[in-house]
Amino acid sequence: MNHRFLLKLSGFALMACYAASILAGAGARPNVPPSPAPDTPAVKVGVLHSLTGTMAISEVTVKNATMLAIDQLNASGGALGKQVEPVIEDGASDPAIFSQKAQKLIQQDKVATVFGGWTSASRKAMLPVFERFHSLLWYPVQFEGNECSSDIMYSGAQPNQQIVPALDWAFQKGYKKIFLLGSDYVFPRTANLILKKHIVQSRGTVAGEEYVPLGGTDFSSVISKIKLAGPDIIFNTLNGDSNVSFFKQASAAGMPPSKLPVMSFSIAEQEAKAMGASLVAGSYAAWNYFQTLDTPANKKFVAAYRAKFGKDAALDDPMAHGYIDVMAWAAAVRKAGSFEPDAVRKAAAQLDWEDSCMGKIKFAGNQSLYQTAYVGQLEPNGDFKILWQSKEPLMPDPYDQLAFPGKSCLIK
Amino acid sequence: MGEGGVIAGQIFNGISVASILLLAALGLALSFGVMNVINMAHGEMLMLGGYLSYLACRVLPGPGGFLVALAVAFGGTFLFGALLEVIVIRRLYGRPLDTLLATWGISLILQQGARSLFGPIGVEVVAPHWLNGSVSMHGTLAGLDLPYVRLFIIVLAIAVLGLVALFIAKTAWGLRLRAVHQDREMAEALGVNTRTVDLVVFALGAGVAGLAGSVLALISPVTPTVGQSYIVYAFLVVIVGGLGSLVGTALAALLVGLFSCSLQIFTSVSLADVLLLVLVILFIQFRPKGIVVRRSRAIEA
Amino acid sequence: MQSRLDLLRSKALRYGITLLVFAAAPYFLSSYDVSLLGRFLAMSILALGLSLVWGWGGILSLGQGVFFGLGGYAIAMHLKLAALAPGDLPDFMVWTGMDHLPGWWSVFHNTKFALVAALAAPSLAAAGLAWLVFHRRVGGVYFALITQALALAFGTLLISQQSYTGGFNGLTDFGALFGFPLADPRTERLLYWLTLALLALVFAALQWVLSTDFGKILMAIRDGENRMRFLGYNPAPYKVVAFAIGGACAGVAGALFTLHVGVISPAMVGVVPSIEMVIWVAVGGRSSLLGAIIGTLLVNFGKDRISSALPELWLFVMGLLFVVVVMILPRGLSGIGEHWQRLHGWRFLAKFRKPSDPKQGGRTCVGCTWPYGRRS
Repeated sequence: MNHRFLLKLSGFALMACYAASILAGAGARPNVPPSPAPDTPAVKVGVLHSLTGTMAISEVTVKNATMLAIDQLNASGGALGKQVEPVIEDGASDPAIFSQKAQKLIQQDKVATVFGGWTSASRKAMLPVFERFHSLLWYPVQFEGNECSSDIMYSGAQPNQQIVPALDWAFQKGYKKIFLLGSDYVFPRTANLILKKHIVQSRGTVAGEEYVPLGGTDFSSVISKIKLAGPDIIFNTLNGDSNVSFFKQASAAGMPPSKLPVMSFSIAEQEAKAMGASLVAGSYAAWNYFQTLDTPANKKFVAAYRAKFGKDAALDDPMAHGYIDVMAWAAAVRKAGSFEPDAVRKAAAQLDWEDSCMGKIKFAGNQSLYQTAYVGQLEPNGDFKILWQSKEPLMPDPYDQLAFPGKSCLIK
Repeated sequence: MGEGGVIAGQIFNGISVASILLLAALGLALSFGVMNVINMAHGEMLMLGGYLSYLACRVLPGPGGFLVALAVAFGGTFLFGALLEVIVIRRLYGRPLDTLLATWGISLILQQGARSLFGPIGVEVVAPHWLNGSVSMHGTLAGLDLPYVRLFIIVLAIAVLGLVALFIAKTAWGLRLRAVHQDREMAEALGVNTRTVDLVVFALGAGVAGLAGSVLALISPVTPTVGQSYIVYAFLVVIVGGLGSLVGTALAALLVGLFSCSLQIFTSVSLADVLLLVLVILFIQFRPKGIVVRRSRAIEA
Repeated sequence: MQSRLDLLRSKALRYGITLLVFAAAPYFLSSYDVSLLGRFLAMSILALGLSLVWGWGGILSLGQGVFFGLGGYAIAMHLKLAALAPGDLPDFMVWTGMDHLPGWWSVFHNTKFALVAALAAPSLAAAGLAWLVFHRRVGGVYFALITQALALAFGTLLISQQSYTGGFNGLTDFGALFGFPLADPRTERLLYWLTLALLALVFAALQWVLSTDFGKILMAIRDGENRMRFLGYNPAPYKVVAFAIGGACAGVAGALFTLHVGVISPAMVGVVPSIEMVIWVAVGGRSSLLGAIIGTLLVNFGKDRISSALPELWLFVMGLLFVVVVMILPRGLSGIGEHWQRLHGWRFLAKFRKPSDPKQGGRTCVGCTWPYGRRS
């Protein structure tokens, strides 16, 4: 009887704890820093990234870069004289949660704008919410293009700013026979569709095309197929930890990056550091930002980030975009003289060229970013040696003209 | 590399995948056969084994370090399995579906725990130098490389299978285990301590899974979710193999490994996964109790 | 007879009041909370079906997400087409290089077809799977594992067939349903009431199903399948029908959820969401229909609140919920409720009920001795 009573008691207690934590969760919000001073009114902005789940790996660092930018903004007086108050939400790597939290930020927290998203799935799920409430989302990651909404600022690279320049570079180097390997989701498949058109047009050959389920760890069959095809270079759009498995198993099967070059589109400094740079050293990557960029603006950015998040912290392309998004928003707010999303997005597209940590940038009329393409080679210490860069910032084009002729992006 | 090389290579790949599946499924099959319990946290035993060998290799970086890591992984997950059995599994005896749910909860807690401890990004176990390199084939199979790492995994899986079979066939505990497997009530009546047998079986299964996690770390990173990517296939192996039969499990692992690798020649990896499940559902149409059927006069096996 | 009528009245009264309170929610809750409540009520329909399947049928399904997804995708395909200008292709087909709409897509132009498909596809799929498995007398843990593998395979299939399904992104950015633009706040309110009405309907229908002979036989099969075989019943058809009903509920839930959220993607149909659905029911009490609804609301509001405040904590809470509910509260909240009722009675409800009613007062429930629920 006693035993049962204890069990019952603990059951009730646990349920009570649960209920209490729900209520506490509703009341206390530890993620929201206390507003700076009572007399200066603050303007709220949303920061919506996956802090849990499979995407947390990448998105937490972008959130950190966004927070750094907001801190710097506040230190320099905020926006239109108001302190900027970030409201952080977790998208939990689930598109439905992203849409739900975006709605919460807009409706309940009444934020002026939202910085966030990583996967295209999360962006696609948030898009109808932003269009419905005419709010504004700043999206920091390279993506497959084919989208153009007036309620989103796409600062990440369009296909013509990352994958197509990388292909041009490969052809210059004499790599003509290309094997396309990717995780099975939207970006790799669309990127490869575009690549295939360009490879054929430039008289190269597609040696093969293979997809592995997201998070897949067994590459034995894929490696056999690659060996059979005998390509000059692999264009790799694998995501996350699959990369480690692939490079490990390819090296064990006698194909280290030194023997068979690999050009990766999803390995940046963060990933290289995490997977042990020695494993992937010698492989190539194409981005619009490398931590090793030798410009004063970048040195300041790297130093500021490391002062806040540790002296060994690695910085990468999406983080740089997360950072400049906040800065661009602040500049646009200043120019517009208002927080109103419609005025802000129009002002953002009319800003002048800016010397940022990524080089010269500027938002184009289609609300994507003019930016420079870089190709780097990974060194054993986890940094990229920059081998090549485009002559000038490339104009963003959401619709690759070869793959999707006749489509264009017009934003009023 | 010629077509013959590709086919031979896929057979080799199939066997190497089967070896990992065998190590991952052995414990599941044993505890399912003896205790009628499915442990959804079994994948996390793989993860635990992986992290333990990572830690062991950090402490002992030498060439023999990995062998120590294997022992640590086995020992650590064995003890953890024992703990899990005492705290959760035996309290849910006779409620297999509830066990399934409770152990799923434990697997969530373990995954999040690993994430908080080691970070969401995978850690890496560097293979010792004596596992670097590969056997290159000549003649008609020229161009085919058999990496030492995969050969090592196959050898280890066979060795573990042999040892477990010996344990069951020759030791006193093995005798008790077989008794409980055949008729729990009768064994109990004859004085076998079934609780201890359950404990040993469960811990042993966890230990073998720990070994699987350890060798898996040689070919892919150890992440908090590493177990999840193998566990569903391990379940399929158990379903195909039949209740708690070593031979059945080994055959089923081989079947699943070879099937998925040969399907992958003709189609994409994703579609091969889907086809595999369809094949398993079709398979149980013909042999609902798996490859090896336990003979029993009881109506409910 | 008189007391029975009273009982009916009091129960109907309680349900009626609850329903009214929920129906009035848009007038006193913030619009964000209403939209949350709407989608959670939609999920409750799935939970009701799962309660029938698991709590009353003893069949644990770890793949309800599949049927949820079938319903959701059926409606989403229609909405996707409804948003297009004539002759256009859905955006994801364009960027995967498709040049025409496949035939099995174009039939979803028809609203009625889409609605029927949202109900029929999941029920037929559920019935088919259940028949394949149960007619070979495979069940229990095997079935749970097979449904889990099914959830994995379904997710993988959706992702890999990007040119037909939108892949990992799923389907989003919809047009109007029956000419009601989904983005309109009025539509949202209508949708909320529709969801509530359907939930009430499904609840009443399942109550009725459980009171029929079918319900009793189903329960008897759960408690002793072989005993029922000896009595001359073939359990398979009963289990198949129950599972098909569960699949239909999941499909309806998926369709409504898609309308509420405006997106359906493989992330909502895979292994993890499918097993989360089980915990909704487990928290409320697996064999209590009301419990299933309460559990769904509690777990999901909990998830929303806790994950906002402490995202990392949520996964620990979730894991603990599984362990605690199964080990300490196998009958969930409804178990606590019944226990409380037996100890103290619903004093504040006493006026609705004649205490002398022998059927109610001595409510016997074999195997209900809390906290040890019946064997699953």
